[in-house]
Amino acid sequence: MENHLTVKLGEKKDRKGPVIFSEYKRGDAIRKALSMSREDILFELKDSKLKGRGGAGFLTSTKWMLTAAAKAEKKFIICNADEGEPGTFKDRVLLMEYPELVFDGMVVGGYTIGAQLGIVYLRGEYEYLLKPLEDYLEEMRKGNLLGKNILGKEGFDFEIKIVLGSGAYVCGEETALIESLEGHRGEPRNRPPYPINTGFLGRPTSVNNVETLAAVSHIVVKGGKWFAKYGTDKSSGSKLFSVSGDCERPGVYELPWGTKVSELLELVGAKNAKAVQIGGASGHCIPKPQFEKTLAYEDIPTGGSVMIFNDNRDMLKVLKNFMEFFVDESCGQCTPCRIGNVKLLEGVEMIEKGNYTFAHINKLKDLGRTMQLASKCGLGQSSPNPFISILENFKDEIFNRGNGGRNGR
Amino acid sequence: MEDKKSLRAPVSQKPHVIPKPEHPEYLGGSITVEINEKKLTVPFGTTILEACRQAQIHIPTLCHHEDLCVAGVCRVCVVEVEGMRTLQASCAFPITAPIKIKTTSNAVRKARKHIIDLLISEHYGECYSCFRNNNCELQSLAKEYGVDHYNFGHVTQPRYEVDNSSYSVVRDMDKCVLCKRCVRTCIDLQEVGVLEAINRGHNTHIGTFLDKPLAEVICINCGQCINRCPTGALRANDPRDEIWNAIDDPTKHVVIQTAPSPRAAIGEEFGQGPGKSFTGELNTALRRIGFDKAFDTNFAADLTIIEEGTELILRLYKALVKKEKVALPQFTSCSPGWVKYLEHFYPEYIDNLSSAKSPQQMFGALIKTFYAQKTGIDPANIVSVALMPCSAKKFECNRPEMNSSGYKDVDYGLTTRELAQMIKEAGIFLPEMPQSHFDDPFGEASGAGLIFGATGGVMEAALRSVIEFVTGKRVEDVYANADITPVRGFEGIRYAEIPIAEVGSVPKLLQHLIPDWNWLKGATLKIAVAHGTANAKKVMEDIKAGGKFSECHFIEFMACPGGCLGGGGQPIPTNEQIRKKRAEAIYNEDKSLPVRKSHENRHVSELYEMFLTDGPCGHNSHKLLHTHYVKRGKYIA
Repeated sequence: MENHLTVKLGEKKDRKGPVIFSEYKRGDAIRKALSMSREDILFELKDSKLKGRGGAGFLTSTKWMLTAAAKAEKKFIICNADEGEPGTFKDRVLLMEYPELVFDGMVVGGYTIGAQLGIVYLRGEYEYLLKPLEDYLEEMRKGNLLGKNILGKEGFDFEIKIVLGSGAYVCGEETALIESLEGHRGEPRNRPPYPINTGFLGRPTSVNNVETLAAVSHIVVKGGKWFAKYGTDKSSGSKLFSVSGDCERPGVYELPWGTKVSELLELVGAKNAKAVQIGGASGHCIPKPQFEKTLAYEDIPTGGSVMIFNDNRDMLKVLKNFMEFFVDESCGQCTPCRIGNVKLLEGVEMIEKGNYTFAHINKLKDLGRTMQLASKCGLGQSSPNPFISILENFKDEIFNRGNGGRNGR
Repeated sequence: MEDKKSLRAPVSQKPHVIPKPEHPEYLGGSITVEINEKKLTVPFGTTILEACRQAQIHIPTLCHHEDLCVAGVCRVCVVEVEGMRTLQASCAFPITAPIKIKTTSNAVRKARKHIIDLLISEHYGECYSCFRNNNCELQSLAKEYGVDHYNFGHVTQPRYEVDNSSYSVVRDMDKCVLCKRCVRTCIDLQEVGVLEAINRGHNTHIGTFLDKPLAEVICINCGQCINRCPTGALRANDPRDEIWNAIDDPTKHVVIQTAPSPRAAIGEEFGQGPGKSFTGELNTALRRIGFDKAFDTNFAADLTIIEEGTELILRLYKALVKKEKVALPQFTSCSPGWVKYLEHFYPEYIDNLSSAKSPQQMFGALIKTFYAQKTGIDPANIVSVALMPCSAKKFECNRPEMNSSGYKDVDYGLTTRELAQMIKEAGIFLPEMPQSHFDDPFGEASGAGLIFGATGGVMEAALRSVIEFVTGKRVEDVYANADITPVRGFEGIRYAEIPIAEVGSVPKLLQHLIPDWNWLKGATLKIAVAHGTANAKKVMEDIKAGGKFSECHFIEFMACPGGCLGGGGQPIPTNEQIRKKRAEAIYNEDKSLPVRKSHENRHVSELYEMFLTDGPCGHNSHKLLHTHYVKRGKYIA
């Protein structure tokens, strides 16, 4: 991991990509946006069909439109940089190498929705980025890209501040993030109401992923139609993938939506891959026969985490690791998530010991489906995904383990 | 959208209440929804749960409580909303569009069963060894959903130590289902904020600051959390065993005083609907259990009115005539939860608290002195029990200063719930008991003492006497039937002004203290009533800021919503509707009593003639009937 002394913001590695990693200069989007009306920016976004890059895939234009339409004295735009999904690190790369994209996107967002303050909720583990990012903001202030009457635009005042998270995975959920920002326990709120009308301090708030904001900067400069050229009809543009695991070239890749899993695997030099966990711990585990599926909201939606497992990996151990993560990271507020994950983990341990019945495992899968439906927030709603998909897709490997114990009856 | 409650509670623990439209009949004011294919029109912003209840469709709940803000955490109340991917918590979902709801679909039934199974798997203990057996919401849910075995296992070992450090509230976190009702009660309803969830995920538990024992934090002992706990995780510190032992001990003379609120609520413990008093039946039951005497706390309430009223008159006299510096407004001191709240949160105002003890403690001091002398019983052998609607009374009787008789003035505070349990153990069905009277020498009490049980009652009782003392007129001539309605009701904070147009002559009881009333002529008595410490906080903040309440002369504070009748020792459940019924029972009984003013209680007059011979606020009464307080503050070592 980078030492904070060596972090030099904006220093780019040789990265190639059609959209995010394409040419961009600090302030371009702000300059362009300020010459446009707010409505035009929203139309441009609508043309781009940009969807939220955090994983949920809500239309950014709709989110901003609703926040812009909400009546309030104060509004906020929050950059969700609480990148905590296991296997994701693309936001860190964006913040370190392309901070201009993210911050310009925030300023554009502030202008569009009518916010006066942007808040970056920075993952606690990225503390070493705090100082460099703040220095960067200071530079922006000097260039009048932040502050009062930005770039001479009378009446447009916008500031950005950075708040450090405290290490809870659940705070990546937007309402838990807002609770945490307000100084409370990081627990998701009931929805509705949504942050777009009752967000930070009860005001209309747009919470956007780091990558979404970066995409906005390009869209404003190059146009929504240009952006929509890439990707598929339902998934426009490109996506950053954080690739890790059993491959020769792990790292952050920008690929258009609609790329096949197999194409990605080839690109990163993953030989002998038998499984790919897409979307992090809360995502889905894709077995070899499904490698021809595409990465897209309509096929395999993802926030960008790609973990590759080769033939030597024990999928039950992989599953156990994920379930341990969820037991640890559940906020403990709602019943299905707090206790359900423990029960699922116990099920994994039973299989590990060979002391289980299929009846019980099926009961747990059924419980998993309840958790998907009845949990309060996305964490509990997605935590059974690996349990269900790994047990389903790797049942031969898992239930025929040579563990000498009593296998399933 | 508007946040109804205080700023202290995190939004996740607050309701997002959409203000109900003033004219639901106007366009957009109402929405027609479809629940299980039945159409229903509800005001905009109604929650699905409320709508279902209107349509008489039962939705199971656990973390929901009428008194508290929305949590939406247990997920038992989930329903299907057409077009939504996931199930929605009906308690937390405001209806703002014409949605279609299914309350009993396969996914809903399965989810509810799963959730109940999960809760039970973590709920330590067995129902038959739990004091909430047959009055437990988790147990009822299990029954409703036909749970007949442990689908996901069951904890076999306790994980937490029972915290019985407090005189009032016992916490057994092994029975906790993390519904957070206690948290919301403490932080949002009462604005005390002693309890909060600690740690995360499966390690979450409800705890105090640094997980300190309850006795060492700023808990005010109000016990409202007990009343709202759906399971047996919270209970009052139960003295039944000690009391039975005393009753069984032939050398002990066991007496019990009963407060006004328990008699208006104890019937609920015997399956009777709320709103009926069982005063006479209770007296008989107490004697059958083996109490040697059954006394009426209302007698001491009448005495409190004389003492506290005299204290108020003296404070006003000092301030207005002698121009001395005295603490005004005077605060009532009957509610031990309120007293401890003030000691913790506003210690700089303890001089404003009336030095008069609460009725319970006045009575306690008299039983071991006056009564002991009169009957010739050695006070060392008297065991004095107080039946109270209150958990804080257990703390109060254990305060070190409460031994003016030379002994512990009140030995045990007993809650309504605990006494009901004793009555059941004795094989008695309370509603069928014949009626009987209270015992002398304190047998008579006034309606003024009785209404102490309801919020505004102490104020009304005080006014009934003060008005007659000062104006010489009958209260009935000022307020019809002597019902001083401006101070009644359930509004959180009430304010009233009582002009004193003319004055009469000083009654004999006070003649040695005040020469005449001329100094009060033309004055306006400003009074206020607040119930629930959240409302008390508002009044106190206003006083601190020099607002309207700082100009009051006398303010009644009760720690519990609704006053004592909604106390932490009352039958479970307690909610707004039940509190109203109990208040009705109390006011109805007051109406039926021959004596309705404290100063007309002949036993009180006798007491001043025979025992407290130097009169109200005199030397004797100061020794026995008055007390002092502790500046506790919020920071406890």
